[in-house]
Parts: sequence; C-alpha cells; structure tokens
Amino acid sequence: MSDEKKMFKVTIDNITIEVEPGTSILNAARMIGGEVAPPAMCYYTKLKGSGGKCRTCLVEVAQGSTADPRPMPKLVASCRTNIMDGMVVKNITSEKVIDARKGVVEFLLINHPLDCPICDQAGECHLQDLSYEHGASGTRYQFPRRTFEKHDLGPYIQLHMTRCIMCFRCVYTADQVTNRRVHGILDRGEHAEIATYIKTALDNDFIGNVIDVCPVGALTDKTFRFKNRVWFLKPVDAHRDCPKCSGKVQLWYRGDEVFRVTARKDEFGEVEDWICNDCRFEKKKTADWVIEGPSKIDRHSVISANHYVGAHKPTEIEPEVMGRPPRLLMDIHSVSQVNQPSVDLSLLPGPAHSDDFNGKEK
Amino acid sequence: MGRKLLLEKAHVEGIRYYDTYRREGGYASVEKALKNLSPEQVVEEVKKSGLRGRGGAGFPTGMKWSFIAKPEGVPRHLVCNADESEPGTFKDRYLMEFLPHLLIEGLIVSSYALGSNATYIYIRGEYAWVADILDQAIVEAKNNGWLGKNILGSGFDCDIYVHRGAGAYICGEETALIESLEGKRGNPRIKPPFPAVKGAWDRPTVVNNVESLAAVVPIINMGGEEYAKIGVGKSTGTKLISACGNINKPGVYEIDMTISVEEFIYSDEYCGGIPKGKRLKACIPGGSSVPILPANLLLKTAKGETRMMTYESLGDGGFATGSMMGSGGFIVLDEDQCVVRHTMTLARFYQHESCGQCSPCREGTGWMHRILKNIEYGKGQKSDIDLLWDIQRRIEGNTICPLGDAAAWPVAAAIRHFRDEFEWHVNNPDECLKRNYGLAHYADPRPVPAATA
Repeated sequence: MSDEKKMFKVTIDNITIEVEPGTSILNAARMIGGEVAPPAMCYYTKLKGSGGKCRTCLVEVAQGSTADPRPMPKLVASCRTNIMDGMVVKNITSEKVIDARKGVVEFLLINHPLDCPICDQAGECHLQDLSYEHGASGTRYQFPRRTFEKHDLGPYIQLHMTRCIMCFRCVYTADQVTNRRVHGILDRGEHAEIATYIKTALDNDFIGNVIDVCPVGALTDKTFRFKNRVWFLKPVDAHRDCPKCSGKVQLWYRGDEVFRVTARKDEFGEVEDWICNDCRFEKKKTADWVIEGPSKIDRHSVISANHYVGAHKPTEIEPEVMGRPPRLLMDIHSVSQVNQPSVDLSLLPGPAHSDDFNGKEK
Repeated sequence: MGRKLLLEKAHVEGIRYYDTYRREGGYASVEKALKNLSPEQVVEEVKKSGLRGRGGAGFPTGMKWSFIAKPEGVPRHLVCNADESEPGTFKDRYLMEFLPHLLIEGLIVSSYALGSNATYIYIRGEYAWVADILDQAIVEAKNNGWLGKNILGSGFDCDIYVHRGAGAYICGEETALIESLEGKRGNPRIKPPFPAVKGAWDRPTVVNNVESLAAVVPIINMGGEEYAKIGVGKSTGTKLISACGNINKPGVYEIDMTISVEEFIYSDEYCGGIPKGKRLKACIPGGSSVPILPANLLLKTAKGETRMMTYESLGDGGFATGSMMGSGGFIVLDEDQCVVRHTMTLARFYQHESCGQCSPCREGTGWMHRILKNIEYGKGQKSDIDLLWDIQRRIEGNTICPLGDAAAWPVAAAIRHFRDEFEWHVNNPDECLKRNYGLAHYADPRPVPAATA
C-alpha cells in the first residue's frame, strides 16, 4: 500500500497547485504568494479559532470541487474555508471580490483614523497596506467618528482604542499564549471595544505578544512608542538563553542603541515564536544578546529603507577626477538646526524636540 | 374555519397545567413514539411530514435531523430556540405561555428521535414569566414520569433544562445561541463545522424553533403523511402567524397555508381588515428582517397569481417582487405610515443588536441607521439614497451570520419599492419635521457636513 498522501488540486487565480487536505484557501494562496494571497487582518496562523471576522480575505469559489462543481453562492472567508479537490478560487481575478474588499476597507476605516503620519504602527501597519491596495481615495462617511481615551494596560502596554479594528487577535493571544486573560470585548456592535474589566493591568509573562499580533496601532509598546520611526531602525536577529521562551528575537537598533525588541516575524507579518516580557521589555542592551546578523526584510517594505543587505554603492568618481569631495547644492545644516550631526538621536530619552537641537534646557 | 393543530386546545381553561393537558389527550405522541416507534422511524415521520423549520429559514426539519453526526460514545443535544426576538414576531411566546406542555411533549419526542439525553430550552431573557411557566411544566412532566430516567420503561433518559438568555437578538442565531448556552459571549460561529457535527460543547447538536418542535406532536399523532396533506406544495402543515400593525385584530393565528394574503388581512377570522377603512400600503410578511412588499406586489405574485400564505408564494420572483415567510411576523402598514420612518426604526434595531464581530455588520449597520435618521428628519441629501443602497449591497452576503442580511434586506426593499418616499423626504425637509409625531428629541441635532468629493 502506498504511503503517499492524497493531495488536493486547487486553482487560485488561474494558478494550480497541490496542497494537503485540510489546508485553508488562504494558506494555499500563500503558498503561491504575491497578490494571489488575500489580505488578512484578523487571521493568525498560530492562534486557534482566529479568522473569519474582518472579512478582508473574502474570495469567490467558482467551483466547489471536482465532485460537486457548483459555485458557492456567497463569497467565503478564505482563512476559514478548506480546500476541496478540484476547487477553483478567484481572488484578484474576481470583480465581486475586489468590490467587496473595497467595501470592507471602507467599513474598517470608518472608525480607524488614517493618522499614519503620527501613528506608532506606521510602516508596519497591515491596514495601511490594505487601504493603499484596496481602499478608495476618499471617504463617504460624514458623521462623527467614535473616540476613546487612551488606556494604560499596565507598565508596558498602551491601548489606543480609537485605532482598534476589533480583529480579536489580542484576545486570542491572551487566551492561548498567556496563563491568564483579563481583557476581552465589551459591548456590542459599533460600541464594542477591547477593554479590561474595571481597568486592570495586563501583567503576565507573555502578554507583550498582544503588541506583536495587533495589525494596527491599537496596542503599543510603552517602552518604545513614539521614540522613533520604524524605518530609521535597523532590525537584527539575536537570541539569548531565556528560561521562559525561545529567546529568538529581533533587536531594532538605531546607532548602537537597542530601541525595541520584538518577536521575529514571517513574510505575512506573523510571529515565528512567542517571546516573554523579560526579553521584550527588559533586555535592551546588546550585551544581553547573541547577535546573529541583519534580519531579512522584504526589499519593498518601508522598513528596509536604508538597510539594503549586500547593496553595491556606485563609486564616487568626483574625488578622483576633481580632487575634492562632491559639492552640495545646499548644506542642510547651514539652514536648519534639525539633524545636527552633533546630536545623537538614538541617545535621546524620548522623541526629538527642537530644544534638543538648540541646546536649551527642556 | 382553518384547521388548527397547535392551538386547537389553547383556549381550554387550565390547559397550561399538566392535569388538564393530559386529560385533553396530551403526551399521546410520547407514548406512541417511545412504545411503537424507533428513533429512526420518528425521524422518518418528520421527513414525510415535509415540516419546514418555523424559525425563519424554512429548512426541512427532518432533513436537518438526519444530518446529525452519531459518533460512538459522544452525547448529542437538542436545543430549543426560544430566543424569539425578531420585531413583529411573538408566536412562540403565545405557544409557550398557553401550551407549555405541548412544547415539552414535542421536545421529549424530538429528543428521543435525536438521542439527546440532555435537552435545553434557550429562552429569551425578557420572557421571564414564560421561563417560569416552562420550569413549572417541566417539574410537572417529571413528576408524572415523562422526563427523567427510563421514560415509560423504554430505556430512554431525558432531562430538559431552561436556560435564560441575557437579552441579545443575535442569540437567536443558532451558533450564537450555542456559544451563549456554553456561557460565552453570544457571538455567531463560523460555519462549517455545522452544529449537527460540532455544536454545544463540541457535541452534535440540533437547534430547532419552538413552533417546529411543537409541530412534532401532531406529526407523530396523525402520521407524517397525513400532516403533509395539509397545506400546499412544500408548505405543509399549519403555521403560526403573529399579526400586528394597522389591523383590526392583531394576534397569533394558526393558518393551514391554503389561504391568500388578502384573505388573511381582510377576513374576520384573521386580521379583520385595516382600521378606519384605510387603504393597505405595505406589509412585512415574515418578521422585520424580511423585505417589505408594497400592496400591489403583496396581493399578487410576479406571475400575476393570487399571493398565498405559503413559503413559495411569498417568495415568488425573488426579492425584486417577493419576500419571505420568515418567522411569520406579519406587520401591516396602512396608507398613513411612513416607510422611511419604519426602515429607520428597523435599522436602529439591527445596529443595536449587531454583535460586532465582523466589520461589514458592525460598521455598516450604524452607518445605515445614521443616514436613515438624517433622511427621516429632513437632513438627507439625494445622494444619501444611493449611498444607502451601496452600503446595504456591501453588507449583504459578506457577514459571518445572517444578521447582516437581516439588516440589509429591509433597507434594500424599502428603497427598491418606495424610493419616491425617500426622495420626498429629501426634497421636503420642512414637511418632514412637521410630521414628527412629537419625537423631535430623537432627531439628530447635528448639522450634516457638506458632501466631499
């Protein structure tokens, strides 16, 4: 008898692959990669039961299976629908899907401010990418948006509920990764909010992971937030012997200073290993870590700006030919106090302020 | 006079109590089923009866029962959905309040058919007194040997528990109901897996409406084939209709699905016509979530035939010209009623009851309500009508559970059939405020911002 597993054939956007039974449409599409993979705001591979809520990964099933070729009557959530043998799926090739996704983005942005220029998640925000790829250029919503006061969830985490898109990932994380869940959803419908019962703190060893799973800037790291923009930092893979977690992390450097520690993430923005609070919040010195080398970041990511690995800079020929350094059209330091070479931004305790550049006491 | 199967004894004095109910022939179906029929035969009888789920979707009950998984050694559950929260629907309350033993009798037979030893009645929290009535009836049934261990010496054990909901419309959706029953927040689950495979506490579960389970009693008593002879086509048996709105005789009626809509509204046996001789304007025939129909489409189908009170006839032509039987909440509107106001009220309800799990429903229902509120109070613009249409289109079919559809359909149907009324509101803002029925405080006092490109 053959030990070979029976594989299911699936065609997604006219590309056919074979996958193991039990694979979801989303994961099959991720195997193909690129634009064929639907976006997902609430699905998280490592969190059991997640997915199906945000509706950004809706796809059209044009053929249910070889045995039953009828199309599915409604669009389905690709993260929660398993492949059948001979299934034909349309993602970006379906006008219905594109239209529905545009609608979902519009709904999500009703109560999520597009304040990317100031939001701490900018550059790492899945909703920012989604709205760029699938959203409309303007809003049709003309009513006041809901607002919330910022909520400190203990010493490490701040909740900015205004930006929350109710993906439930943090709730699943607290439920499945930590030993105690003290937060969840309060209220119903558009009044629903992530909250703790009677403003308590989130304070167990692995709770910091809720920051990593948040696809938008609702849950932020209080030891890092607004200290720097992510694209100014250089991610480096590192590890340490940690008694609680795998200790495999990314250190985010600016200069010689570690600004932030996060779990390592894959190409779909999902963490590879959960890390503990000690590694994330307490170990911010290079000496605490064994450095493995620069993290591999997708070249198109904003994080990769200025951090090209193996880049070949063209040789400056002017010094050789002219015998002097290249002439600048304008020296920024002569007209602005910002970015003075004498001020080391990475040593500033908080966000840079004009006083930092003109030598005045704060 | 239409044939009555469920409410036949409803007016017998004391029928709420066991002694009277038993004297009137109650619990005969339990005796028949447990002594003469196997569980499979009971399922077969229900299949033969053609009974369609009375909760709203109209799925064949016998077929639903046959889907239940039967893994070895795993308990199965039957859950009675008594979370009747659809605006305009109040038939189950009537049945449970006046004939609690009929439901319990149906539950025992159904539990036997499905192999459920622990059966639950999930009742709407607001029906507090009805839950008390059911509790009392369960005690009576147990004291008389119809519940508990080894019922009638058949070897079948069954207990029924009443579980009170905390007051959420969404808990009437079967998977949300199961979540709530398990003690969790009442959020709908994503299907598959269906409850018949993985339901309450991950065990195979069947969720049926109160009326469907009560209908099992006459089906077993008279036989499935006899039951199927009542009604028309696939709309077999009798159906409870809760009629309300602008009619002379609001109430719960049992019809045998052979009468026309016109007869139901105007005959003295049922609604008794419209008060003060006013004209019929529209009707929501199946509870607030189904599309509204204007009078001209209500009395005649798309094919020009007389519209009957059947599943098929009410849905004739799809939503462009038809509606649904739904849960049987029959809401009649006379010529003085404002469809925009009604639609706004419904939108407010669905906004309030959205569970908040999935984005289109959570955000879209509130958006629709605000736009409708503006239109109703003379602050709308013509483009708002198209915007409403677009929003409902993007909610429908894209949500986890049918609440999104339930919120979208009334809006879609109102615009489809009464667009001129929406335009009147937009074009006559001052008139809108004059006809405000003393509810000016409800109007959104905020000015509408200018439209942006």
